[in-house]
Amino acid sequence: MGKKPVIETHNLTKSYGSQVAVNDLTLSIEEGEIFGFLGPNGSGKTTTLLMLLGLTEPTGGWARVSGFDPTREAIKVKRIVGYIPENIGFYDDMDAVENLLYIARLNNMADPVSSPKIEEALESVGLRDEAEKKVGAYSRGMRQRLGIAEILIKEPHIAFLDEPTLGLDPEGTTTITGYIQSLSRDKNITILLSSHDLKQVQKISDRIGIMIHGKMIAVGPIEKLAREKLGIDDRDISLDDVYMKYFQEGSP
Amino acid sequence: MTGIGAILRKELADHFSSYRFIILFALIAMVSLITTYMVGMGLREELGGIAKPKFVFLMLFTSTGPLFSLVQFVAFFGPLIGLILGFDAINRERASGTLSKLASQPIYRDAIINGKFLSGVVIIAIMVISIVLVVSGLGLRLIGVVPGIEELWRIVIYLIISVFYISFWLGISILFSILFRGIATSALATLAMWIFFSFFVSMGASVLANSIVPLETREDPERLMKHVRVQRIVSLISPMQLYNDSTAIIIDPMRKTTRSLVLMGPIERLSSERFRRPLALSQSIYVVLPHMITLIAITFICFGVSYAVFMRQEIRSV
Repeated sequence: MGKKPVIETHNLTKSYGSQVAVNDLTLSIEEGEIFGFLGPNGSGKTTTLLMLLGLTEPTGGWARVSGFDPTREAIKVKRIVGYIPENIGFYDDMDAVENLLYIARLNNMADPVSSPKIEEALESVGLRDEAEKKVGAYSRGMRQRLGIAEILIKEPHIAFLDEPTLGLDPEGTTTITGYIQSLSRDKNITILLSSHDLKQVQKISDRIGIMIHGKMIAVGPIEKLAREKLGIDDRDISLDDVYMKYFQEGSP
Repeated sequence: MTGIGAILRKELADHFSSYRFIILFALIAMVSLITTYMVGMGLREELGGIAKPKFVFLMLFTSTGPLFSLVQFVAFFGPLIGLILGFDAINRERASGTLSKLASQPIYRDAIINGKFLSGVVIIAIMVISIVLVVSGLGLRLIGVVPGIEELWRIVIYLIISVFYISFWLGISILFSILFRGIATSALATLAMWIFFSFFVSMGASVLANSIVPLETREDPERLMKHVRVQRIVSLISPMQLYNDSTAIIIDPMRKTTRSLVLMGPIERLSSERFRRPLALSQSIYVVLPHMITLIAITFICFGVSYAVFMRQEIRSV
């Protein structure tokens, strides 16, 4: 691709006491990319995202997001990054519009500017008819769609999506994946996607990274990893095979 | 201060629409109406036919009537308002997963806690001011005396002290909501705090005084004074005691010292008996200035501690 990197880390490390959550992570993600971030639970993916957002301070190394240091310039980073945490939370006693309005206000958007955006966003994630319902009554799939709507309103340059399809039915997973793809294609948002749903990741990711025990053990397009690891040069490789191979080698 | 306005606005809207606010407010309105009515009727009966004493309006707040005075009610019940408003401020956001989302928005992290504390203070101010207005309005009708300018000032100072006092409890409960993950845990801890300060400190004070300066059957005035002094110092740990002392002096111009009779020297006692004239407002303030400053200081310290703890805490979604 040859574009300039929007996310760069160099020897980024986070340890809690003697336990190392993220170990010497050096990574660069280019503009407009969808980067699939894989790894077993507790391998340090969320910690990496939190460090990139400036919510957790690294114990070593550095990171740059669009040229800003997340530790020192957290506000500037948070202005251009949209984040959907794992198990995204909403204010259950407010309806969808109120939830989105709050996000818009926190992003310093005046109400007259944000209200047409909110309507548009709810429309495009198919929640228009449910907009007046309290979010407490939403299903899991609807909540994730509302999370996407949050990203649409914020219009960030970069989006961190932590397990956006976790616990969804196959149809919901496909829908969310479609939205993520269109975020990248239509809005040119660089996306860092952490997921266990290998099929979906394979479908939309430009490159993937596999993290095990805090170490990034492989980075690259799926075809390249497959060629290196499995020796297959085929269009029909499955990410499952590649991932399992790395996983078996990476685990002690 | 980016974001604090948005958070303040949302928190206020939350408070106003919540059941707990409505219930608290209804309860307070009811109690203050009933006490004022009883106190006012009592005053009217007692004062019928005689010349009205000075500062009769303030008696609305201080006379106990058959139950308790309004000042006592606020001292006892006020902490509950603060505690109920704040005990789940942070840990509810944590439990519902909104804290990490909130923190990932382009706001300073302290805006979250500042906004929450401030919205609580606004609610407290509204409640306290409305209590005083209810009392004054009803009292005006019942006893038919218009308060003088000095009485008004005393009431305003009383209001300010009360807002700080209740905000101290708000600060405590927000601190607990940061320290404890479980909402039930923090609710219980704040209640325990309240019970400790309202009942056990005074008990503990007398126990401690008994052990440090045991009283014998044959009373030695020197010893008795020492005993009472120890008891007083210990009981001043409680913000409730600080509040009681300072408001008692502010709202009642006839009271000249926070010390009990035992602790007064003979000359002081003589003069206070002979010159039964009310203290000037500035003198009343002077008497309880240390109390007021301490009360305001512990409110800020309490908020400062929660601020520091919150800024250091890891924010994780799980």
